[in-house]
Amino acid sequence: MSASASPTPAPAPRPEPAAPRSYHFPRFERRTLPNGMQLVVAPVDKLPLATVIAVVDAGASAEPAGKEGVAALTARLLPEGAAGLDGVALTDRFERIGTTVEAHADWDVAAVSLTVLTKQLPDALALVRDLLRAPEFPDREVGRLKEERLAELLQQRAEPRGLADEQFSRALYQPAARYALPADGDAASVRGLTRDDVRDFYSARYRPAATTLVIAGDVTMAQASALADDLFGNWTGARPPAAAQGIDAGQPDRLTRVVAKADAPQSEIRIGHVGLPRRAPDYFDAMVMNAVLGGLFSSRINLNLREAHGYTYGAFSGFEWRRGAGPFVVSTAVKSDVTAAAAQEILNEIDRMRREEIAEDELTLATSYLDGVFPIRYETTSAIAAALANLVIHELPDDYYDRYRERVRAVTTQGVLRAAQAHLHPDRLRIVVVGDPAIIAEPLGKVAGMTTEVVTPDRMEKPA
Amino acid sequence: MRIPIETFTLPNGLRVILSEDHTAPLVAVNLWYHVGSANERRGRTGFAHLFEHMLFQGSANVAANEHFELVQRAGGTLNGSTWLDRTNYFETVPSNQLELALWLEANRMGWLLPAMTQQKLDTQRDVVQNERRWSMDNQPYGTWWERLPALAYPIDHPFHHSLIGSMADLDAASLDDIAHFFATYYTPDNAVLTIAGDFDRDEARSMVERHFGAIPRGAGKPPLPDMSVPPTFGGPLREVVADDVMLPRLFLALRSPVFGSDEYYAASVAGAILGMKKGSRLYRALVREQQVAAEAQAYTYDLAKGSDLLVVDVTARPETSVERLEEAVHAELDRMAADGVTSDEVSRVVTLIETELVASLQSASERADKLSMFATYFGDPELVNQQGDRYRTVTAERVNLFVRERLGRENRASLLYVPRDGDAEPTQSDLAMAETP
Repeated sequence: MSASASPTPAPAPRPEPAAPRSYHFPRFERRTLPNGMQLVVAPVDKLPLATVIAVVDAGASAEPAGKEGVAALTARLLPEGAAGLDGVALTDRFERIGTTVEAHADWDVAAVSLTVLTKQLPDALALVRDLLRAPEFPDREVGRLKEERLAELLQQRAEPRGLADEQFSRALYQPAARYALPADGDAASVRGLTRDDVRDFYSARYRPAATTLVIAGDVTMAQASALADDLFGNWTGARPPAAAQGIDAGQPDRLTRVVAKADAPQSEIRIGHVGLPRRAPDYFDAMVMNAVLGGLFSSRINLNLREAHGYTYGAFSGFEWRRGAGPFVVSTAVKSDVTAAAAQEILNEIDRMRREEIAEDELTLATSYLDGVFPIRYETTSAIAAALANLVIHELPDDYYDRYRERVRAVTTQGVLRAAQAHLHPDRLRIVVVGDPAIIAEPLGKVAGMTTEVVTPDRMEKPA
Repeated sequence: MRIPIETFTLPNGLRVILSEDHTAPLVAVNLWYHVGSANERRGRTGFAHLFEHMLFQGSANVAANEHFELVQRAGGTLNGSTWLDRTNYFETVPSNQLELALWLEANRMGWLLPAMTQQKLDTQRDVVQNERRWSMDNQPYGTWWERLPALAYPIDHPFHHSLIGSMADLDAASLDDIAHFFATYYTPDNAVLTIAGDFDRDEARSMVERHFGAIPRGAGKPPLPDMSVPPTFGGPLREVVADDVMLPRLFLALRSPVFGSDEYYAASVAGAILGMKKGSRLYRALVREQQVAAEAQAYTYDLAKGSDLLVVDVTARPETSVERLEEAVHAELDRMAADGVTSDEVSRVVTLIETELVASLQSASERADKLSMFATYFGDPELVNQQGDRYRTVTAERVNLFVRERLGRENRASLLYVPRDGDAEPTQSDLAMAETP
């Protein structure tokens, strides 16, 4: 140790922050085209770049029963053939202007997005128009993308993290709830999808009045507006009906289940229950409550499981924010022999959160983090465009981002306690662990105070 | 488009790069230490990375867990990472918190050891062993990034051994190792500090001098052994791993020119033609046309010494046999080796790369990291402004020189993962049975 004596003099004392500089979320403008299509534009001229996200109200929640996965399949097929060009030709068009297009659907919406140098924006938008307005869904590509989804599901059986997520969702919701199945569908539903299903879903959902074009970057509202009129002005079609309800009904009781993976060196743990919808009135209280519980590196759960016990590389909690009530989940991966001990610590932390107010110090750590990090989140055109798309998806007010920081700062320790008591439900916790049942099943049952159900890969696809 | 760069060096050898951008009130601080797993001694694989974890455990004036907490309370983001030939530490903070970030970095560069305890080491050893389980041992194909360098570099080469380390070597790490490694490598003359974003240059300079100035220069680090290797493997290499996976996957590595060399840019373009995005040859042929693969891509490791690796990474579809997968990949490489590439293909990927280069300059953190990288590897942060030009001047002729020299079968190291149980390929009926409720 002598080789490395600390230098003298001692380090300077910890510096105080300077005066903060003001920041506002990029200004944006909205316009509705005569056909009902929305345009949202944020001019940001730092670099010659623009991000486009076309948001369509065509997510998995809008699927007809029995067609689970058709929303994702439809979105992914858009770039595989449109306006007389096949998938190879379309890919080539995008790549020659220096970009690639992403088309996917999540629970709430479908989105077609790309980032491009500004000089190529008109060409890129014209291609986006082709994808949205004139997709062809070639049979061969329908078959290929179905096979790729089936391959992905097969892969998941050997991938503990994805398997744990998927099995947790199944255990969380009632079998008839759409949220119980993966957004992209499971093997049975995907195998049954046809080109007609895709065409029908497209015809029903992809309409101008259900579409918002978000552009953030080196462009003015006037330029974007002219392009939108030119490319989308004569797109016709009535507004589709609102998406179906009853997608998020949860299970009313506790469950402890091990999904068997013999000889697993680690257990993938998921503990939680159905959370709350994005538009919940106490969203900010719930978000800050989660930050303290398990949302930050310096949260209670991570400091407990990782830094105090060394059980894991990381442990986090979170609400998944959807239009309906998405999962609330604590996730971690721990060495097999400490699985029950780690689960016990998680249950303790959830109880503690509901039992007593957090310290002022814990509150300010979470709120000053969320407040301070806000500008850092919006450095890129793609992050700004995604934030604007989020406004559209959840119908948040236009001043949402301007007021975000003051609303975070307004959260109190009492508000956090109220959110914990309202939205954490120890009596409904579903504990799902992918791991070695020989080591973990029995001790886990003791911790949970109930018998552990063990499912094997042959049976594990059954909904709860 | 150029990013502004100003540099200076402290008397203790710390190289400092400033790059101003006042579009948002935030600033990135980024520190590269020129040490990675390549510098580890025998019996201590994984130590550089374990040591990185210890740098978040406090220092003389910073309590355990306080490093993360102080940055997060200030509204900042932070992390660190370890690679074969470097270790970096970085935070982005609101611009009025710049001095806090510099103070934290200076504290652990100068005054780390008083905070090191056996208990902290034991806990972080557990954390790292869990990181190994999480990222490699309990993850399909997870061991590839340990096995591929082991296959592609000779046994005594500094890039041969595991970056995450063996469990036994991690168990053997001691506080003495910490002290020795710290004294040898965590010195100002073995580091580059970059500040990018919204700051006043005079203020930033005086902060750097105030907090880092007292830290003494190091005594010099032991040189790495000769890292040069022949341009090709001299014959095909092949390793088959039966693992807990559902689908076969082939990682095929080629020795390729070191990062930063003229030849590197030609190799990078060749790799992009093979496996960048959906217009690439591998995606088009194997995923789209033949439908033998579910995914196909290619990328470089970007190593600046010895030899870089160009990796082709292809996952089979369920009905594709292992033999068919390998044949199909080799056939595409053979075709490129025999016929070369066209200017049209070069132009497609250079256009794509240009957009990515511009987009990557948007975040202060990425700008800072690139500046530190070019200064660490080549002593010249200005290289960040030349990347576009270096790609734009790549011609099909230069790509084809690389292709002729390096794409032959004598330069292919195949790491092939196959499902462990019974028949290599799960059949369609297995899939149906398993997924039916």
